[in-house]
Amino acid sequence: MTTSNHDHQNHQATNEHPAHHLASADRLAVHLPGLDLKNPIMPASGCFGFGQHYAELYDLNQLGAIMIKAATNEPRLGNPTPRVAETASGMLNAIGLQNPGLEAIMGEKLPWLATNFPDLPIIANVAGTTEADYVAVCQRISQAPNVKAIELNISCPNVAHGGLEFGTDPKMAAALTAACRAVSQVPLYIKLSPNVTDIRPIALAVAAAGADGLTMINTLVGMRLDLRTRQPILANGTGGLSGPAIKPVAVRLIHQVHQVTDLPIIGMGGVMTASDALELIMAGASAVAVGTANFADPQACPRIINELPQVLDQYQISSIQQLIQETAVVR
Amino acid sequence: MIQEQMTIVRQHQLTDDVYELVLAGAMARLPWTPGQFVEVQVPDPRLLLRRPFGVAALDPAQGQLTLLYKTVGAGTAALSQARPGEKLAVLGPLGHGFPSDFLQAGKQALLIGGGTGIPPLYALGRQLHQQGIQLTSALGFATKSQFFYQAEFAALGDLACATNDGSLGFRGHLGLLLDTQFADAQTRFAAIYACGPTGLLMAVNNRYRDHPHAYLSLESRMACGVGECYACVVPAASDTAATAVYKVCDEGPVFATGEVKL
Ligand SMILES: Cc1cc2nc3c(=O)[nH]c(=O)nc-3n(C[C@H](O)[C@H](O)[C@H](O)COP(=O)(O)OP(=O)(O)OC[C@H]3O[C@@H](n4cnc5c(N)ncnc54)[C@H](O)[C@@H]3O)c2cc1C
Ligand SMILES: Cc1cc2nc3c(=O)[nH]c(=O)nc-3n(C[C@H](O)[C@H](O)[C@H](O)COP(=O)(O)O)c2cc1C
Ligand code: FES
Repeated sequence: MTTSNHDHQNHQATNEHPAHHLASADRLAVHLPGLDLKNPIMPASGCFGFGQHYAELYDLNQLGAIMIKAATNEPRLGNPTPRVAETASGMLNAIGLQNPGLEAIMGEKLPWLATNFPDLPIIANVAGTTEADYVAVCQRISQAPNVKAIELNISCPNVAHGGLEFGTDPKMAAALTAACRAVSQVPLYIKLSPNVTDIRPIALAVAAAGADGLTMINTLVGMRLDLRTRQPILANGTGGLSGPAIKPVAVRLIHQVHQVTDLPIIGMGGVMTASDALELIMAGASAVAVGTANFADPQACPRIINELPQVLDQYQISSIQQLIQETAVVR
Repeated sequence: MIQEQMTIVRQHQLTDDVYELVLAGAMARLPWTPGQFVEVQVPDPRLLLRRPFGVAALDPAQGQLTLLYKTVGAGTAALSQARPGEKLAVLGPLGHGFPSDFLQAGKQALLIGGGTGIPPLYALGRQLHQQGIQLTSALGFATKSQFFYQAEFAALGDLACATNDGSLGFRGHLGLLLDTQFADAQTRFAAIYACGPTGLLMAVNNRYRDHPHAYLSLESRMACGVGECYACVVPAASDTAATAVYKVCDEGPVFATGEVKL
């Protein structure tokens, strides 16, 4: 919050950055393809479902947007349990893309969000097994009035087919991007996997194939064993690592990708605080998704949004938009 | 459901590894159904996930609720070090509790609890006792020294105890105690409620699958605790084609016998 007292203390900063006096709403606003966001913070896919239960805790209108749980053409039941395991400053999950399927999402989940939060932009996470699956879901879900962008999940480490197969091969990733771009009514963001030797060829391939933006990072493949049973803790064996433990990896990969492409990036990976969010923006992100933090603190997203103005003040950053532009120049 | 910073009123060690924790806050004044649970942020910042615990007692007048938990790992160990006056972030009430609207005063109900499964049964027992339901509790532990809340349950009605080593009450598994002492349970009790380890729940599920009002409270590994992440699912029993699962945190943790695949 910019109080007059604070302005006085930071007199110099105020002079250097006249934008410091922007209304706090404008300081946080960001603009990405398809997404005019009042602030850069949104829950990450799979960590917020379709928002209904979180709406009991706070007004979802506070959020910049929502990335909903992966949608597949048919309902998916996911993997056997246990599906989650805690790790040092993180967690493993192998949910296996459980979701009620496109019909239920189009018929119930999205209309519920549209009725209760008509101004809240939705980013639909789309998954599938074959290219035809992805194309079918993109075509339909992009017609929902509140879906403002698609996040193509080519990076799920927890399903046997689809997902990561597309996300680790530049040619397949590009072909899938082009096919989905051709049918989608809204901008298409591709969710990149960190589980590759070099992420840049994939980013460049999907950029060339018509992607409007990138989201990164999905989880890192990991594993834990139970010393007592000598078996993996997760029924799936391996799972995706998320949470604060992966933030440095997210920062590195966002930075690397930002060096080679102009595509806007929605960054994610271990964000727990407003400072973490700014770190991802400094690395090259234009907006930030918050995943695992929702489990530690169900009010993580509004808390981070409320903390942002103060942290911007602390580092004498006039606005998120200014920080994004600075980062572009540094590149 | 609310999220709040609750204040530790007192914490008390009941056995070698079981603690009674009393928390104060507005949550204790909300409407609760026994069997609903809370998710507690344990006081160790490296541990991200909240720990689910049943609520053993509610005191809306004082604005307090009681948890009973066993130290089994890092999270519960950290919790056991917390001191009165400290605050804990708590989310609740969560899930759906034990149905009991159908019970009329004078009817009989059976509570079957194993180990740390007994906390929600105590909350239920207190409520049913007040409503004039005749209660019988069958509680099982590995050994006598692990028993807790024996007097509390005894104050609610009849109490039958089982220990694996026979150091207290019946010697052997609770399932065997049910067979020997409650062979008429199916007809005698208008409601049967169970909470405890999976083995116990399977024993109860097998015995009272056709009872119209027999309920099990399940445990499951959770992340969100509110029904949005699909971490905690359990397959539906009906579901031979594997087409249905329930979320334990949201659609449970209480299910009717015969409803889920254990
Ligand atoms: C609805 C519900 C109600 C519960 N009520 C009680 C209660 O009243 N008293 C009590 O003592 N215990 C209860 N439990 C079990 C309790 O949640 C676990 O013992 C506790 O989470 C262990 O944490 P830890 O860090 O000590 O163990 P660790 O093994 O180190 O925990 C590692 C991770 O596994 C999870 N975990 C471990 N054991 C269990 C388990 N049995 N169930 C669910 N998650 C687990 C932890 O939450 C954590 O995320 C309940 C569980 C559920 C699901
Ligand atoms: C339980 C869980 C479920 C997830 N489900 C999905 C999903 O359905 N689709 C997807 O693209 N990413 C999914 N993710 C990945 C997150 O969206 C995010 O990319 C990742 O967790 C890193 O962010 P974080 O560290 O803030 O959690 C899931 C993550 C978790 C922990
Ligand atoms: S723990 Fe997230 S849905 Fe049950």
